[in-house]
Amino acid sequence: MSEQDVQAVQDWIGKQIAGRDVVLFMKGTKSMPQCGFSMQVAQILSHLGVDFADINVLDDMSVREGVKAYSNWPTIPQLYVKGEFVGGCDIVREMFQAGELQEMLETKGIANNAQTATA
Amino acid sequence: MAMAAEEIERLVKERFPDARVEIEDLAGDGDHYAASIVSEAFRGKSRVQQHQMVYDALQGNMGGALHALALKTSAPQ
Repeated sequence: MSEQDVQAVQDWIGKQIAGRDVVLFMKGTKSMPQCGFSMQVAQILSHLGVDFADINVLDDMSVREGVKAYSNWPTIPQLYVKGEFVGGCDIVREMFQAGELQEMLETKGIANNAQTATA
Repeated sequence: MAMAAEEIERLVKERFPDARVEIEDLAGDGDHYAASIVSEAFRGKSRVQQHQMVYDALQGNMGGALHALALKTSAPQ
């Protein structure tokens, strides 16, 4: 890829992240994940009733590599909330188990059903 | 491609000499590991930053030779 192409992909990724509250870069889709790690994060978000955009990196090699560079993070999945990189599978799971993910969603004003789920 | 647990530990200790490292080969295939790393270097850093520091220490092997490394990082209690 030329330098311009690389930049175009970075710009595209930036737009996806800026345009929606919760964006998950994953292998496969939320309805059909292609990797256990991506599936775990998608399941946690669905469990919390969070409306999120899924971007299937397997559809486009340039996005798959581009998002790793964008986040300085070597693996997929990658979760963004309100434009901020939250982490990959381990971090999201740890945060969910500690209740920190739910807290962060509340703080950022993202609708979720954490309270009804734990009541 | 795979990577030996000793190699992971060596790279981590090279970067964080004080680190307490525990590595578990989850599938016995040299490709799916869980690592727990405790180092003073992580104090005051976010989880994302801590993991980025470890990935950096692994010198590009993560996502390449290493497919799956479940990470748990923390500073000593």
